[in-house]
Amino acid sequence: MIEAVQIAALLVVAAGGTAVVLVRDPLRQAVVLSFYGLVLGVLFFAFQAPDVSLSQITVGSVGVPLMLLLTIAKVRKRERERE
Amino acid sequence: MSRRARLWMFAPALAGMVALLIWGLTGLPDFGHYRGPYGKVLAKVAVPERKATNVVASTTFDYRGFDTLGEEMILFSAALGLVVLLRELRGEEEEDEEADDDEEGIEGREERTSDALRIFGLGLVGPTVVLGIYIVSHGALTPGGGFQGGLVLVTALLVVYLAGRYAAMRRVSPIPMLEVGEAGGATAFALIGLGGLVIAGIYMKNFIDPGTPKTLLSGGVIPLLNISVGLEVAGAFALAFTEFLDQTLLLRGSGGDES
Amino acid sequence: MSFLPYAVAAWLFGVGLYGVVTSRNLIHLVVCLTVVQSSTYVLLLAIGYVGAGKAPIFADIPQGTTVVDPVVQALTLTDVVVEAAVVALLLALVMQAHKRFGTLDPDELGVMRA
Repeated sequence: MIEAVQIAALLVVAAGGTAVVLVRDPLRQAVVLSFYGLVLGVLFFAFQAPDVSLSQITVGSVGVPLMLLLTIAKVRKRERERE
Repeated sequence: MSRRARLWMFAPALAGMVALLIWGLTGLPDFGHYRGPYGKVLAKVAVPERKATNVVASTTFDYRGFDTLGEEMILFSAALGLVVLLRELRGEEEEDEEADDDEEGIEGREERTSDALRIFGLGLVGPTVVLGIYIVSHGALTPGGGFQGGLVLVTALLVVYLAGRYAAMRRVSPIPMLEVGEAGGATAFALIGLGGLVIAGIYMKNFIDPGTPKTLLSGGVIPLLNISVGLEVAGAFALAFTEFLDQTLLLRGSGGDES
Repeated sequence: MSFLPYAVAAWLFGVGLYGVVTSRNLIHLVVCLTVVQSSTYVLLLAIGYVGAGKAPIFADIPQGTTVVDPVVQALTLTDVVVEAAVVALLLALVMQAHKRFGTLDPDELGVMRA
């Protein structure tokens, strides 16, 4: 029932999720999160859900990492001012 | 309690919770043997009834339109909360910064991007906008719809910022226009549902003639709902990005860059 | 092997929760919350999958072919976009917290002042 593509995508998603959590520095985490969003999109596609895959790729690879980067920039700017 | 004590309490709790979760998940039908009748009935009945070939869009905007209205309101409240939170921050920041002896304006802070990047960006903005509009309008026919298309439209805005300057992006999309777009989208969604109430007696009932499948106007009220959702999603995310960018760039303005 | 999708969903949930609890940085915490959210998407789509089914778009396949469940896809697709907006709100809160307390460490919030 379950296809090889789905098994492979699931394993990569599990590894990606673990990587997102284990990377502690927020800046690096933004890049790993972008990759994780793409992998999740591929998994949704393998589950025959193209609508969901479209949403996930735009949001998870572009939207959330960009907002993360802007938050990090703002926090660092404020910390630099404080010194 | 201390961090160490918290972590010691967390470990067995997590183990217990995941064990319970796995035990619950084994009670589900096997992967691939979807049992529930609702999905199968919808797949059989959606296209003849609503003439929209994208059954997921029919489900989102027609059969389960009420749930989507709730999600719209979540999106609207999140954008509202974000704007309220960051507005207060910015007002205060400008007050703090006037005491600083800073002479750089917004112009001096930003380097000019290279010409190649700007030409590339210019060439990319048009097709991205067209792609976004295409995805939004064909939501009833092919995978896509308001949610996805709205995000692609925001990407077009980001290309303007990345290839040009922040001031250019602000000029293309001033905040009042974004706020009106977002609120207008949410209101339009609710009002179309109200139209269903007025014309057909049930809130959110599909009250426009479905048309023929595979044409742009099929699906009755679904294309209209797609457009309103696209407006709202694009407005909300563009607003979020603009507010975040304001935080990082406009900190030094005394009066800011109101171009 | 057919339990793998559910197992991966449970794994993502556990790993994300572990990240949230043991985080020392508020931004890292918000991203781990994203991982927890994604576990629910995987679970929903795994429930709705029909073996050898196609995507529920009838633009090019004849009416009557087996398709996967469209209801869970409708739920998940609105969910993905809305959760991103909620994450934006959380990041704005993080900015506000940093301004107020001067630190991004969840253990130190409420102790230091800017």
